Amino acid sequence: MNVRRDVFQAIVDPTRRAILLLVASQAMTAGAIAANFDTARPTVSKHLQILTECELLEQEQKGREIYYNINAKKMKEVADFIEPFRQMWDDRFNKLESIMKNYKTT
Amino acid sequence: MERKTKINALDDKQEILITREFDLPVELLFKAYIEAEIVEQWMGTKVLKLENKKHGSYQFETSDPKGNVVLKMNGVIHEIISNQKITRTFEMENTPFEVQLEFLQFEKLTDETSKLNMHVIYKSVAVRDQILKLPFAQGINMAHNRLQDILNQKTTNHDN
Repeated sequence: MNVRRDVFQAIVDPTRRAILLLVASQAMTAGAIAANFDTARPTVSKHLQILTECELLEQEQKGREIYYNINAKKMKEVADFIEPFRQMWDDRFNKLESIMKNYKTT
Repeated sequence: MERKTKINALDDKQEILITREFDLPVELLFKAYIEAEIVEQWMGTKVLKLENKKHGSYQFETSDPKGNVVLKMNGVIHEIISNQKITRTFEMENTPFEVQLEFLQFEKLTDETSKLNMHVIYKSVAVRDQILKLPFAQGINMAHNRLQDILNQKTTNHDN
């Protein structure tokens, strides 16, 4: 599996980007993070799971609570700036291709 | 899925080359560039004007989900040859980025496949790099704005 691409898929989602932004300033518990969103708690948990799986977030046990920290090293890797640009064009061209395939049949 | 769209950007050059092969006859690929309602669909932008002729111009306008215009784009077509090439300028309005020059070359591979070469030239290497970074930066900005909205909302709720 291409781990690097998974990271980009992870940050494509606006809620997940918002979570990264939140956690960037301080480590937070899942509950504290969820309190910032209108989204249902299980949805936020799912986002946290994805972000943790692609190592953008790190978990840290503090007493009974698990805190989420941003993984600065991984974030820096993501900042390889051409990939999001390429992804943007790839999405557009994929769309173009599927739209024009319909033209073909009609 | 394999990565079909390739970007070639050399470190110290003020240009990039975007290439992509399509499972489409070159005529359909070209059509996707000249029909306003099709451009709107795949570019995700509103087409205000699209004059497919030498010295013709075009204008795009992108809005956020609330309908606020977030970006206006425009350019002039220098040369257009059906199913072969479009040479045009492209500019994002109200941004610090100056106009760029785009050479779009449409290539027939087989009857059913085609290739697009998009050669883009920027004013400087610095401008090129900034524009390449936009999709990432915008993503973070959008997330930040949304977060700000949520936080503002929360504060208002507390006041009530």
